[in-house]
Amino acid sequence: MNRPPGEPAARVELCRERDLAAARLAVSKLLDAMGARALRKTRFVTAVSEIARNALDHGGGGTLEVWQLARPARIRVLCRDAGPGIADLELALTDGFSTARSMGKGLGGARRLVDEFRIESRPGGGTTVEMVSKL
Amino acid sequence: MSEAASIYSVDKVLLVAIRDNITDTDIINLQEELSERIVSQKARGVVIDIAALEIVDTFVGRILAQLSAISRLLAAETYIVGMRPAVAMTLVELDMDLAGSRTALSLSHALRALKAKGLA
Repeated sequence: MNRPPGEPAARVELCRERDLAAARLAVSKLLDAMGARALRKTRFVTAVSEIARNALDHGGGGTLEVWQLARPARIRVLCRDAGPGIADLELALTDGFSTARSMGKGLGGARRLVDEFRIESRPGGGTTVEMVSKL
Repeated sequence: MSEAASIYSVDKVLLVAIRDNITDTDIINLQEELSERIVSQKARGVVIDIAALEIVDTFVGRILAQLSAISRLLAAETYIVGMRPAVAMTLVELDMDLAGSRTALSLSHALRALKAKGLA
């Protein structure tokens, strides 16, 4: 996945549970500053919460970066971890698939809540999720 | 109890206010404390106020559903109140309609419903 030019508007290291709230807050603040609609914001922040929790719980922690995209105005998030990776991505995106304490609706749910969703993962090579949403 | 949620007792009803910065561990602890308080205070009703929550993801949604189920088994009726419209719409898209949970628009609506049933 290509990094957009320039520095991200925010970067949150995901090491502990508290960092999930920090990630949600960083994305929420940027969406407010960009003038996003309430429903758009709730949907995107919820999706961010799901992928950040995945990075923490399954990926052993990671990094979340947020970008403001122009023409048209959108928000973009990149969440990377260096964990064991996901062997079967299609299966992981299916509702009901779970290896941990969730109901297995997190990843597939996040995909439904955003306009663009990309995921890259290799066994042993970590997981990267990219999400983009209009405002 | 952590600062991320507070439990207040009014008559036979336990009122739970969840704060926005609640962590996964906090909410699991809340589940445990609330279950114990229902029994020790012989509560017949529980009202969980989530108005402060900007989002409810699948993890928090699952815990809320479990809180309702646990309370029901302990013979206390539970209402989730204060859900924001955007949260309700997002939960439906996540396929989490909290089918086993009672909801009310506000604390006063929930208390009125509990009083009508003689539970408050």
